[in-house]
Amino acid sequence: MLDWLEKRVRRLGEPVVNTMEKLGFGFRFLMAVLWHSGTSFRRPGLVIREVFFTGVLSLVIILVSGLFVGMVLGLQGYDTLVRFGASEALGVLVSLSLLRELGPVVAGLLFASRAGSAITAEIGMMKATEQLAAMEMMAVNPVARVVAPRFWAGVLSMPILAALFSAMGILGGYVVGVVLIGVDAGTFWSQMQAQVDLFNDVGNGLVKSVVFGVAVSIIAVFEGFDAPPTAEGVSGATTRTVVTSSLVILGLDFILTAFMFRGI
Amino acid sequence: MNRRVYDFWVGLFVILGVAALAFLALRVSNVSNGGTKPTYRVTAAFDNIGGLKARAPIKSAGVLVGRVAGIHLDSTTYRAVVDLDIEQGYQFSRDTSAEILTSGILGDQYIGLEAGGDETMLKSGDRITLTSSAVVLEKLISQFMFSKAAENPSQAQPAP
Repeated sequence: MLDWLEKRVRRLGEPVVNTMEKLGFGFRFLMAVLWHSGTSFRRPGLVIREVFFTGVLSLVIILVSGLFVGMVLGLQGYDTLVRFGASEALGVLVSLSLLRELGPVVAGLLFASRAGSAITAEIGMMKATEQLAAMEMMAVNPVARVVAPRFWAGVLSMPILAALFSAMGILGGYVVGVVLIGVDAGTFWSQMQAQVDLFNDVGNGLVKSVVFGVAVSIIAVFEGFDAPPTAEGVSGATTRTVVTSSLVILGLDFILTAFMFRGI
Repeated sequence: MNRRVYDFWVGLFVILGVAALAFLALRVSNVSNGGTKPTYRVTAAFDNIGGLKARAPIKSAGVLVGRVAGIHLDSTTYRAVVDLDIEQGYQFSRDTSAEILTSGILGDQYIGLEAGGDETMLKSGDRITLTSSAVVLEKLISQFMFSKAAENPSQAQPAP
């Protein structure tokens, strides 16, 4: 009986200890990345190359998704607003939803699955094929040479992608609302300009996207660096990157929203 | 691919990002909401401000002339004191009256200023004395119901 009880308690304790250990390692890893960031700034070529792979190559999916999300918001928003006779508020609805929530969050989720997974797989494979060990042999710090540029590229790309997502979405809402349905273009833009605040809405959306950029990038490089050096390990790490960063984005979004938009 | 190709595409990417931000800042949001124009502050006390909030617009004849800076309760008179930031370009006479109005039937509440005839103008720190409170819908309805109830019994119950 006591044996059985002990086994149960141990089974509960094991994942807790493992999680704490991983969290601690992850935090120390973040500190190490920041500490070794000097190389990234002294050799911007390293970061620019990574911005190309994480940011520029994510452009297509971000722009197309943004356009479609905006168009769907236009259709759904019009359908709901017209019941209250408030269809001229369509621009406000589309722009506030995109700037405050959908832009940063959906762009972050897409970024995590498009770029985060690629970063994890790349670093994981470098580890599995002992390229990282080889670098260390040559007295090149792999954190400074491989990890930090990818981290900073992610942090840099994410706000740009989120802004593009929101801008495309608003254009999509405009196309559906004004061009297809026939809401008046003047009220669409003027209501939007009257209700959207530069600091509260655009600014806070930007802050959110920077926070998500940091979170996704550090999770991606950490999972890659921490991956067991096998084919199976790398695939598992890639999956974990997408799952963890999606959950972290949604959790952080709730916390940030609670602080930013409590209603003045 | 070599360095120059990366540089070109990343440069284009950053330009696109800046353009998107500029679009959001200039076309979508209202830059002048930032309040760059110089303002002067006057106060006004109301019996009831209803649902008025900080940053609510102040309008005169429908034109935006300023914003509500803050609201607090005067702990001696138990009236709501509202700080009004009015743009320097708009001067109002001392006997200006302030009332709390609602835009539309369910819209936000704002402060309407109606200029008087006095020749001295309001200056920073002054208090607007002529105020009328927000119309509270529940009070209006209950007043209406009571007045109905007061006149009905005589008609509904004929004298025996």
